[in-house]
Amino acid sequence: MKLHEYQSKQLFAQQGIPIPRGRMAMTASEAKAIAEELGGRVVVKSQVLVGGRGKAGGIRLAKTSDEAEDIATQILAIQIKGLPVRKVLIDEAVNIQAEIYLGITNDRQARCPVIIASGEGGVEIEEVARREPEKIVRIAIDPLLGLREYQARYLAAAIELPRENWREFIAIALGLWETFRRTDSTLAEINPLVVDGSGKLLALDGKIVVDDNALFRHPEIAEMRDIDEEAPSEREARKYGLSYIQLDGDIGCMVNGAGLAMATMDVIQLHGGQPANFLDIGGGAGAEKVAAAFDLILSDRKVRAVLINIFGGITRCDEVARGILMAMDTAKPKVPIVARLVGTNEEEGRRLLAEANLITATSLVDAAQKAVAAVGEVAAS
Amino acid sequence: MSILINKHTRLLVQGITGREGLFHSEQMQEYGTRLVAGVRPGKGGEWVLEGKVPLFDTVKQAVEATGANCSAIFVPARSAADAMMEAAEAGLPLIVCITEGIPVQDMMQVRRYIDQRGVRLVGPNCPGLLTPGESKVGIIPGHIAIPGDVGVVSRSGTLTYEVLYALQQRGRGVSTCVGIGGDPINGTGFTDVLAMFEDDPNTEEVILIGEIGGTDEERAADFISDKMTKPVVGFIAGRTAPPGKRMGHAGAIVEGGSGLAADKIQALQAARVKVAEYPEAIPELLR
Repeated sequence: MKLHEYQSKQLFAQQGIPIPRGRMAMTASEAKAIAEELGGRVVVKSQVLVGGRGKAGGIRLAKTSDEAEDIATQILAIQIKGLPVRKVLIDEAVNIQAEIYLGITNDRQARCPVIIASGEGGVEIEEVARREPEKIVRIAIDPLLGLREYQARYLAAAIELPRENWREFIAIALGLWETFRRTDSTLAEINPLVVDGSGKLLALDGKIVVDDNALFRHPEIAEMRDIDEEAPSEREARKYGLSYIQLDGDIGCMVNGAGLAMATMDVIQLHGGQPANFLDIGGGAGAEKVAAAFDLILSDRKVRAVLINIFGGITRCDEVARGILMAMDTAKPKVPIVARLVGTNEEEGRRLLAEANLITATSLVDAAQKAVAAVGEVAAS
Repeated sequence: MSILINKHTRLLVQGITGREGLFHSEQMQEYGTRLVAGVRPGKGGEWVLEGKVPLFDTVKQAVEATGANCSAIFVPARSAADAMMEAAEAGLPLIVCITEGIPVQDMMQVRRYIDQRGVRLVGPNCPGLLTPGESKVGIIPGHIAIPGDVGVVSRSGTLTYEVLYALQQRGRGVSTCVGIGGDPINGTGFTDVLAMFEDDPNTEEVILIGEIGGTDEERAADFISDKMTKPVVGFIAGRTAPPGKRMGHAGAIVEGGSGLAADKIQALQAARVKVAEYPEAIPELLR
């Protein structure tokens, strides 16, 4: 789960990391009031969960509170990469002497967290990594020990930070590690960490991505989820514990298991079709969950055929069949449905589906071919 | 012969009284696995599965009393890290964690802890192990595989079943099937299992089932070209998966230009691995 900049910086501040004075506003008049409190010279920053806000005109400087109000009005009316801006952060304007990158993420190959720093902050770190890899310093963190002070000092020296800033930098790096650990993040990033006009370090922008699997032990962070930034279908899927991702094609897919769901999508494409979604109903899904999954697929208007591929292990084919029948009863789908059920209780499942108006398939390839043909027939008629 | 488990494996189940734990313990027992103990704190001294399996409060007690040498973990995600560490501390040489949804920071700690003790962990978020005709540890349906000489290693669950079923339809048998799981940090990687199959006299060929995300398949390809004499057939799921979207498994995501199916397929082919276009085509590529 991604957090907004204003949320991330609040979490940083709780660990003693200095951030600019500022607050979030949802209207232009709120923005003006906050700008007045801060003395007029502020930065108005759109809060959307995508990168490239600056280039899209979503981050602008205001010299007075009136100007802040105007700019907030404009920014609150734009979309950035398809996402409407609903919130702005009003931060005091800061004079910048230098920009640093500081972030912690997980190194999958080394199986441990890694802290990354660069003297070239303010731009995307991937870009620096591509252009000037020698300007990026990485230090592995032992997951049982955590970040040690000397490691933070190595970083400060390696990015050639002036010695007078080392103490501050070490405190910030340790604070960032605490944030990463305490929030169960997969990414905690300060970009840029600036040397301001008075020579002090300040976290100007922040980003945190929290591990969804760890949200159960952080109810206060789970509450920070911005449901405005989610597609309604994804919200619905989360409610039923389904894993659903909408894609561009026209063949809706319902599969048990993530690997098999991906393989099913691949086989559809191999036979000239395009999957409309990734959908994993998980292991041991009952009839109600299956019905919810079916509704979700049909809520996508692009869907012109549905392919159901179930390999029953823990999941029982008869339960899946009951769910499909339940959903068909209420949704009355007009698109053709191809079903392939193999494994636990498959005979009972097939018998149930035979009574409904379904196309049955024996193998995955057979199912894909029939679904692709069905879309062709829908298009021709 | 087989790898990791065989008819002598003495299994202990952590979380045996939960819904999943109990159901699959019964299935494992029916399959012929020697299920010698269950662990459920607070219920030590009781018995489950028609009085055939004794319960213990701790893993240590269970191991001392029964000589268990393998643990299957079914406890909920919030306690799974603890369960794995407890099993490692009690000296079990093989731990198979079925539980899914474990926080990644927990897994990094577990992996470091386990490596220090020289214990083999399979999973988490995996279907477990099956040595057809001898033993099953986990949730792989037993009836879809017959004994034979093909080793199977996979990051997936039901996709693996699909492949086992396709093999069975063609009359091909399996030495051992290993599900290594779909999480970004796990205990056993492809390379570990490939090395075991290479050394196993009863495995003649190997099937590797990978998916998008990470670079484990690329490392497997390096291992195959440097160290393996036995032929390997591969399949990679997720050719159609768009970057930046997590495809169900926590580990199945294409990030920062790495983890693409195309790169993995290319790496495997460069290591002379025959890569199937779809799961049901795998048996045709075997010798």
